Amino acid sequence: MNQFIDWISQPWAWYVAGPLIGLTVPALLILGNKSFGISSSLRHVCAMCIPAKIPFFQYNWRKEMWNLVFVLGVLVGGFVATTFLSNPDEIVIAAQTQADLAALGITDFSGLMPADIFSWENLFTVKGLIFFVMGGFLVGFGSRYAGGCTSGHAIMGISSLQWPSLVATIFFMVGGFLMTQVLLGPLMKFAGF
Amino acid sequence: MLVADKNIQEAVCDSPNSQETGETGLALVKYLILGILFGFVFVKAEIISWFRIQEMFRLDSFHMYGVIGSAIVTGIISIQLIKRFKIKSIVGEEIKISKKEFRKGQIIGGFIFGLGWAITGACPGPLYAQIGSGFTVVIITLLSAIAGTWVYGKFSDKLPN
Repeated sequence: MNQFIDWISQPWAWYVAGPLIGLTVPALLILGNKSFGISSSLRHVCAMCIPAKIPFFQYNWRKEMWNLVFVLGVLVGGFVATTFLSNPDEIVIAAQTQADLAALGITDFSGLMPADIFSWENLFTVKGLIFFVMGGFLVGFGSRYAGGCTSGHAIMGISSLQWPSLVATIFFMVGGFLMTQVLLGPLMKFAGF
Repeated sequence: MLVADKNIQEAVCDSPNSQETGETGLALVKYLILGILFGFVFVKAEIISWFRIQEMFRLDSFHMYGVIGSAIVTGIISIQLIKRFKIKSIVGEEIKISKKEFRKGQIIGGFIFGLGWAITGACPGPLYAQIGSGFTVVIITLLSAIAGTWVYGKFSDKLPN
């Protein structure tokens, strides 16, 4: 049993995690004829709480409750994994990435997220404005504009061999590379790192 | 009511619910459990880590490419098996997969999403798992993502698509 706990507390390799994530696709289809997708949950929250007579939010969100229950589960799963079965050691990241990020001003490499950025003290600063407010806005706006996110397009869409999802995924990557390689440095400097 | 429901199906473009049998209360628990397992894997494979996303976009690690790639391969095989053996859902319905129509949004919106993905280190799934993992400030990111979704909904008919 202890061995099992030790094993489950380690960070998992890609070839364990990837197939498990992929299995969500048939699991949702077989359990309830549902197509996998997560960003829709953001739309359902809008439709439920702030529809404001906008046609885009006029639909039977009650039928999509399953999606909100699913993302609540994701949150709980994150809590369980971190609270009871988390990796006791520091995260090991690629030396080159660590060096590049240190040059940009990141100093905390101990957890899954750098405390230099993701802490409440940064909320009302330029850091908070860029990393929480602007970043979140781009994620929500962009995924809805694209009609899905990494789960709906990259995993569900490509798994069902739909080329528009491949196009979306390519542009997810283009945006991510541009931000990381070109824009992130100046943005972090601007934020005071 | 049925007619109205059909229109709704048209309107909800991604991850729609194709099940015709209604589900409430306890029937939803299976999605909660599936979500918990999914969130658990997200944390254990460190997919929710801002550092792992940085590694991916800096081409310094294979980890994220391996995760997404093997998830897709598993998904493709699963869907082919479902089609080949005409596997039905547990309530006996024929399994339907939502069709993704090509729109300009997949290019423009996809690009915008990518910019945000690299800043936050999270797509929508990991946002929830990050909050659960104790990075509570990500609640602000999630609220901003909801605001972004709302603004898209508000102006969707004025944007090129």
